[in-house]
Amino acid sequence: MSDVSLMVNGKRVSGAAEDRTLLVHFLRENLGLTGTHVGCDTSQCGACVVHVDGKAVKSCSMLAVQASGSTVVTIEGLANGADLHPVQAAFKEHHGLQCGFCTPGMIMTATDMINRHPEGLDEATVRTELEGNICRCTGYHNIVKAILAASKTMSKGSKGKAKQAA
Amino acid sequence: MGIEGVGARVARKEDKRFITGAGRYVDDMVVPGMKHAAFVRSPHAHAQIKKIDVKKAQAMPGVIGVLTGKELKADGIGNLICGWMIHSKDGSPMKMGAWSPLAFDRVRYVGDAVVVVVAETKGQARDAAEAVEITYKELKAVVDASKAMDKGAPQIHPEADNNLIFDWDIGNADETAAAFKKAAHVVKMDIINNRLVPNAMEPRAALGHYDKAEDHYTCWTTSQNPHVARLVMSAFYNVAPENKLRVIAPDVGGGFGSKIYIYPEEIVCLWASKKTGVPVKWVADRTESFLTDAHGRDHHTHAEMAFDNDHRILGLKVETKANLGAYMSLFSSATPTYLYATLLSGQYNIPAIHANVKAIYTNTAPVDAYRGAGRPEATFVMERMMETAARQFGVSPAELRRKNFITSFPHQTPVIMCYDAGDYAASLDAAMKASDYAGFAKRKAAAAKKGLLRGIGMSCYIEACGIAPSAAVGSLGAGVGLWESAEVRVNAVGTIEVLTGSHSHGQGHETTFAQLVNERFGVPLDSVSIVHGDTDKVQMGMGTYGSRSGAVGMSAIVKALDKVEAKAKKIAAHLLEADEGDIIIENGALKVAGTDKNVPWFQMALAAYTAHNLPGGMEPGLKETAFYDPSNFTFPAGCYICEVEVDPETGMTEIIQFVAADDFGNIINPMIVEGQVHGGLAQGIGQALLEGAHYDNSGQLLTASYMDYTMPRAGDLPSFKVSTSNTPCPGNPLGIKGCGEAGAIGSPPAVINAITDAIGSNDLAMPASPSTVWAAIRATTKH
Repeated sequence: MSDVSLMVNGKRVSGAAEDRTLLVHFLRENLGLTGTHVGCDTSQCGACVVHVDGKAVKSCSMLAVQASGSTVVTIEGLANGADLHPVQAAFKEHHGLQCGFCTPGMIMTATDMINRHPEGLDEATVRTELEGNICRCTGYHNIVKAILAASKTMSKGSKGKAKQAA
Repeated sequence: MGIEGVGARVARKEDKRFITGAGRYVDDMVVPGMKHAAFVRSPHAHAQIKKIDVKKAQAMPGVIGVLTGKELKADGIGNLICGWMIHSKDGSPMKMGAWSPLAFDRVRYVGDAVVVVVAETKGQARDAAEAVEITYKELKAVVDASKAMDKGAPQIHPEADNNLIFDWDIGNADETAAAFKKAAHVVKMDIINNRLVPNAMEPRAALGHYDKAEDHYTCWTTSQNPHVARLVMSAFYNVAPENKLRVIAPDVGGGFGSKIYIYPEEIVCLWASKKTGVPVKWVADRTESFLTDAHGRDHHTHAEMAFDNDHRILGLKVETKANLGAYMSLFSSATPTYLYATLLSGQYNIPAIHANVKAIYTNTAPVDAYRGAGRPEATFVMERMMETAARQFGVSPAELRRKNFITSFPHQTPVIMCYDAGDYAASLDAAMKASDYAGFAKRKAAAAKKGLLRGIGMSCYIEACGIAPSAAVGSLGAGVGLWESAEVRVNAVGTIEVLTGSHSHGQGHETTFAQLVNERFGVPLDSVSIVHGDTDKVQMGMGTYGSRSGAVGMSAIVKALDKVEAKAKKIAAHLLEADEGDIIIENGALKVAGTDKNVPWFQMALAAYTAHNLPGGMEPGLKETAFYDPSNFTFPAGCYICEVEVDPETGMTEIIQFVAADDFGNIINPMIVEGQVHGGLAQGIGQALLEGAHYDNSGQLLTASYMDYTMPRAGDLPSFKVSTSNTPCPGNPLGIKGCGEAGAIGSPPAVINAITDAIGSNDLAMPASPSTVWAAIRATTKH
């Protein structure tokens, strides 16, 4: 057993975990954050994507002890209180989800993708960058649409903030 | 239509919990004292179990129980069954072999469950499962249905000689033979419909909880039809009487058919919970899902189509071998028979049809309905045949189809179905226009300049859904009725709960069902809650599959709403001292038509419950129940056109454009309908280009992870051009046909017709992977 100490969704948390415990299981079972899902055993499906120190990470590909000391954001911590994150809002508006199982991972991947492309996104880039997230319901059509729309909203938002700062 | 009513593009009510991580799936459920199960599964495709030694496993840390099939049998738990009786053409009943939830004498496919271990943690359960020692005597296995009836093939079940489950036929053999005698042209093809793994993103899971004090069981399970699960586990598997068994299917992460069936694991978790005295949870890992979820398709077909001189179809002969795997899954017998061969008339006038289907055991995972279930297989046969015929005759594929379209309705086909309404030419025209079919030659020439082979292919599908009229399916062998139930509860403050036997696992019922209520009573969507998926809350229901939630489930709601409306009007008329025939419902109030006299909806509801001033003799309250049994199937149809570019150097196919023109009848929420089409198309394109379950000759599944089985990813697909036309279904009150499966049914032949058009070779197997396409190109060119 090892001690694991993390900052998760703005709160300091700690607990003991078996050395073999994956980050995803620590989040789900120790912290009760069941929004992060497990859809495969081979780090292919992306249902478990969270942000670790600001980067999208498949939480099944990391041990909980490896993550100790990191700052983690999960789907539960993405919204600002009652205000949905623009990517969450776009998934709802554009019907980018059906059964909802891949959705948390999709949203966390999309948020990271948009952050890495402040210049904006096009359809081909979105499709290429979704390589690590599998959805069986939507055929990706509306997921791609939602991500492109959120990218636009977020770039307007950040320009607005830049203007305010200036 | 209001902004939240029928036909409105309303964003989904259920999304809030899914986009914030607050969805509640079976694996998210925690019950006090809950422990974890791991299954020991057969590593062999076919073997005798000589000895099971659990001593080491029992001594492992955290282990609570290690249980075997012998103990399960001793406790009286029954075998799994197939609930649809098919008789062979000689009149004999299908030959169903025994399927014990835990195998004790013989294993018949890789993944067959043998032992269950219950332990404190998931890790400990898995560690102990590894320590169970089972001695097997390996037997010869067969995986290919076309070889399983050969001399010398292993006998899989003693009940089924030569592994033949049934030899069934439909249509008229003599009339069909006579039609072929008159034929000017006969088109012949051998067609394989590749085996698929459904791959709902949420793996199957079950949590069984036996409450000793109450002698009562609760099962949380990943089910598309919790009431059917309760019925079957109670009536056939002897788990517990229905009144002592509650089945809950909470949020379910996709089904596509694979979560219709009752599997060994939920039965074992319930039984093991009683046996060990703790609640027992099992969650499949992905490889377990690949090995044990019911697979789909896997048909080998020979088809012949006879045409006259004028290219009109005279007759169709079809011989199909359907691989049902090692055991008969719950509805496995219906899929290659009544859901397949009854659609072999396609959209066409065909005077004579005869189809023969042999269902065959092999040492592979059980095969059952997967999105479309039989209808994709029928459509693939028909639409590959039509395209091939057009090529052989040197005529336009569109015009050959148009010439043979059914144009007057109702139309009785020679294979049971009576099509009620449709306009196939309208969908064909819409798809040809949307795809700029006329401009294809130019685009092909432009692609050729880049060294690419461009092709175009179409598919005109029809399917039967809104499953199904109970008496009709009963006469065909179904063990259940396929009606649906609904209960509408108007609360004293006027808010409304709709309890439905349908189950949403992605289809958006919480929104579309509420839209129906909004349309009728003007109550805002936020004041309408849809309750489903719990046998303690909803009285009885048949669940969601076969695109039945709209045509059947919503029709039941309409019936219940009719009753609520009638009573509400009586109450309002009494309160307003008016004639009940003069009451109309508008903008959230019950009004006397042509006056300003009205009573708000909530006030009427309150009056129903205070019961201070009700019409004489009226019972208090406002709650109505209805059961709806459809009078016929519904018949969605459409035309799909696919355009591809193939790189002859690599065999790589790119889908440049995919157009879908569907006729779903009336539509409640176009946004949700489009989403269903997109998802279906991705699965159909996946079948055509990427997906295939492969067993080696010893019965090992080679494609048992996402590293090996090619799931469609975002980069494999284009954005789709979808549109709908609307000939309302005359068979149900909403005029709905259903849209859940169309995409998966219609798209595979469109893709294969496009690729074969591009490469100039008609012989191409699915999935048309780059190596397969490359080999097909090489086979047509001399080197």
